[in-house]
Amino acid sequence: MRRAAWMLASLAFLASVVLAWKLVADARLVNPMFLPGPGPAFATLKGWIVSGELWEPLGKTVWRMFAGWFAASLLGVLLGAAIASSARARAFFAPTAEFLRPLPASAVLPPAALLLGLSDTMIVSVIAFGAIWPILLGAIHGFKAIDPRLVEVARMLRFSPLERVLKFQLPNALPEIFAGMRVSLALSLILTVVAEMLSSQPGLGHMVLVAARSFRSADIFAGIFVLGVLGFLTNSLMQHLEAYLLRWRPAHSGG
Amino acid sequence: MRRVFSGLAFPISVVALWELLGQAGIASEDSFSRPSLVVLALARTLADGSLLTQTGETFLSAIAGLVIAAALAIAIGTVLGLFRALERIATLTIEALRPVPSVALIPVALLVFGFGPGMSVSVVAFACFWPMLIVTISAVRGIDPRLIEVGRMLGFPLAVRIRKFALPAALPGIMVGFRIAAGIAIVVAVTVEIAANPRGLGYGMIIAQQSLNTDIMWATLVWLGLVGWLANWGLLAIEHRWLRWFWSARNE
Repeated sequence: MRRAAWMLASLAFLASVVLAWKLVADARLVNPMFLPGPGPAFATLKGWIVSGELWEPLGKTVWRMFAGWFAASLLGVLLGAAIASSARARAFFAPTAEFLRPLPASAVLPPAALLLGLSDTMIVSVIAFGAIWPILLGAIHGFKAIDPRLVEVARMLRFSPLERVLKFQLPNALPEIFAGMRVSLALSLILTVVAEMLSSQPGLGHMVLVAARSFRSADIFAGIFVLGVLGFLTNSLMQHLEAYLLRWRPAHSGG
Repeated sequence: MRRVFSGLAFPISVVALWELLGQAGIASEDSFSRPSLVVLALARTLADGSLLTQTGETFLSAIAGLVIAAALAIAIGTVLGLFRALERIATLTIEALRPVPSVALIPVALLVFGFGPGMSVSVVAFACFWPMLIVTISAVRGIDPRLIEVGRMLGFPLAVRIRKFALPAALPGIMVGFRIAAGIAIVVAVTVEIAANPRGLGYGMIIAQQSLNTDIMWATLVWLGLVGWLANWGLLAIEHRWLRWFWSARNE
């Protein structure tokens, strides 16, 4: 009952923010060329859905985002396991990784465009490169932080190194890998949008930039709304998946 | 010493291989400039000042956006952190706005500000605002409630309670948020330049790529890596020093 009241108050707050947007737009406090009201923005969105115009760019954006993210996840976990399992590999690769990590991922777009052209392959590679760091660092840390007693147990059970990684280290590293994957998912969406803007490949990023160039502000806000929903949905999907897959962990049993 | 050597072995061998492939004509000069040419281009663009001008443009956008975001986030975050009910009600709205990818605002910024610093600054400010807001709320909420209680008992007005009690106690947490946001600021500033805004290091790379000055493009990328790494390192050092000062001052 109390929760319902809080939820209602939260919804009322959100509604008042939208209302404030409407009032500002209706009173023309801001040039309507920049700021459409919520009405025109949602009318545009409805038009896209009815005419089916939305699905192709949305599908392309989602596909690129997930393709890059999967590649980053796979490579990140494999590389992370390899680097964490040997001190020599760590000494060899860690400084380079530390140097590359703060590099803005979007900065590899120009070289990637030169090497791979303005193609889907280029976009997916850039996403994979940019989104790998949180996963890689999480995996290295997670694989490394194994209880020494478990290593002892593995030795007593005469596990092969591969068995030890799969049965002990991977489950142990999963929470950190998932945390990295969630950050990477948000990064992937950002990189997809930027890459689409730069490469003029059909997709939501290209769609909103074209709308800006032709001064269709309602289209921009409808596009931003779709991108926001996409970000929100993918993030909460990942959160639920994480909670479900890690339900065996005592720390997560409380919810 | 051995650790330094093994850390350098990998990048050095990559660069050497790159140089050799370039010399042998296997790696195309159009896309992979040889490292020796990249170093020359770096020296040239540094000497004629173009690289430094671009660096200044990028960093000014990043810093201005960061400062605006920090001011707004600290103000709003402090209020939300102090009044739990308000925070609970606003959470839904924050969680609805936060997942909007910052770069999606580039078109709006383009419409409102046109090409120029305002476009970069506004997108950077949006991107930095959310992490700073979240960190500020939790830092203010984590303050010892007795501290606030003391302020109330002494009859200080709210503004004084915030300035003298809440903010100083929450500062270490806010600083952590500031460093996270500073990293985001540089990345977003470069991203806006690459996507649309014709200024700064990001645009420098794009224009070098499009005019087939491949050596300048790689030189700008290397420079960006160096500067970004230095900025990150500097912020860590400042935070470390500053926090040490904070803790020692508190323990006196």
